[in-house]
Amino acid sequence: MKKEITLKINGEEFTKEVEPRTLLVHFIREDIGMTGTHIGCDTSSCGACTILIDGKSAKSCTILAVQAAGKEITTVEGIATTEGVHPIQEGFKENHGLHCGFCTPGMMLRAIELLEKNPDPTEEEIRWGISGNLCRCTGYNNIVKSIIYAGAKLRGDELPSTEPVFVE
Amino acid sequence: MIPSPFDYTAPSSLDEALKLLHDLGDDAKILAGGHSLIPMMKLRFAEPEHLIDLNNIPGLSYLKIEGGMLKIGAMTREVETEESAEVAVHFPIFADVAKLIADPQVRNFGTLGGNLAHGDAANDQPAVMLALDASVEIAGLDGRRTVGIDDFFYGFYSTAVQEGEILTEILIPIPSGRSGNAYHKVERKVGDYATGGVAVHLEMDEQGICTKAGIGLTNVNPTPLRAVRSEAALVGTSLDNGAISSAAQFASEDCNPSSDLRGDIDYKRHIIRAVTKKMINKAKQRAFKN
Ligand SMILES: Cc1cc2nc3c(=O)[nH]c(=O)nc-3n(C[C@H](O)[C@H](O)[C@H](O)COP(=O)(O)OP(=O)(O)OC[C@H]3O[C@@H](n4cnc5c(N)ncnc54)[C@H](O)[C@@H]3O)c2cc1C
Ligand code: FES
Ligand code: FES
Repeated sequence: MKKEITLKINGEEFTKEVEPRTLLVHFIREDIGMTGTHIGCDTSSCGACTILIDGKSAKSCTILAVQAAGKEITTVEGIATTEGVHPIQEGFKENHGLHCGFCTPGMMLRAIELLEKNPDPTEEEIRWGISGNLCRCTGYNNIVKSIIYAGAKLRGDELPSTEPVFVE
Repeated sequence: MIPSPFDYTAPSSLDEALKLLHDLGDDAKILAGGHSLIPMMKLRFAEPEHLIDLNNIPGLSYLKIEGGMLKIGAMTREVETEESAEVAVHFPIFADVAKLIADPQVRNFGTLGGNLAHGDAANDQPAVMLALDASVEIAGLDGRRTVGIDDFFYGFYSTAVQEGEILTEILIPIPSGRSGNAYHKVERKVGDYATGGVAVHLEMDEQGICTKAGIGLTNVNPTPLRAVRSEAALVGTSLDNGAISSAAQFASEDCNPSSDLRGDIDYKRHIIRAVTKKMINKAKQRAFKN
């Protein structure tokens, strides 16, 4: 039996009927038509489907759409403002934090919560913080750099160098 | 992957949930964090006809110290025990264990109650609860009862929570005097279930003699395992190297690991010996720091 749910996605309210078994990621991608949230593993492991639910990072392939009723959801489509891209987006762009880009939306949403809780994380804290997000391209170094950059930008500190780091 | 069809209700009180659970019988399942249940439903290992979601019931998520007990509401998320400074005073073990459970996104949703009620020996909280000598409060239509952790785990995916019942609270005695605890597991990669894990809790008197020892093992037995001989090897000693080595040896002998993708039996026994030793030393160190 279908259920009617009302929820906010990126500030906009939606009311829709869904089957209880509909996964939130499918609801966002197929019913709402926002395809920035990706499906990587479909088994709760890769973090490509990460979104924010009431500010908390969550794997939307492991949550039912009905569970999101009454909640506020943020996807990658909702992080830029009229003023421009979000500092985390700028960080990824400036530091070459992506290659194919498949993991990037989930990685950025996760990083947003991480920086909210811990505005000035160490490299180790960042690596633990993104341990639920897999990237098959970058080798993570530039992702860590991107998050450090975004942290500095959000704090209003001097921005770190975006020059590539060569490992001997 | 999509679960097979089911009906869904999110009651707003515990009574309502218990009534529903009673009326629907074994066609219904409780949904807590959903991070064990939904993956199983997607794989069709579980096909409940009805889900009763506890997430809209107020008052099931809390951490409080009351009457000499740490009380943890069943719907408290892993992340909350990981970050609580109040909990860390007596139980740094919760930060140890949470950090090793899956990843931050899973810990934002997975609940302490669900981690125990799932009845999976691969989960990490059961070993911690064994070490800390927890008890669990279970509610049914007829009232509430409390079950000691040693009587809680029945078998694979089977616990003392019976049809029509809901786990509501976890109770952990606050240690008096000098105490320390620690958890570690060996995992193939970050976020994996344990190849083997060990939780240790120690209490000592003024002279540094061990008065109480709790040791729980993860994923090396069909159910979460208390290392009884290891505990006995420590109590009454000054936690000298000899006592610690015997305790570690007993744990490796008394566990019953199976050979699987994570390693063979000898390897797992070796892990249990090494990690038991390490965790006793870490718990002891923490006890003397307090
Ligand atoms: C990728 C991934 C990796 C993971 N790695 C680990 C790990 O390393 N270590 C670890 O310990 N866990 C791990 N988990 C499991 C995670 O911690 C789960 O969240 C936890 O085991 C179950 O909690 P839950 O609240 O999500 O329960 P749910 O999935 O909602 O429920 C699990 C079971 O318990 C029952 N149940 C739940 N709450 C109650 C209650 N209050 N009363 C009665 N019955 C109840 C449900 O009916 C269901 O049968 C992992 C999960 C994922 C997705
Ligand atoms: S698609 Fe959700 S974690 Fe991989
Ligand atoms: S950039 Fe390709 S998976 Fe991360």
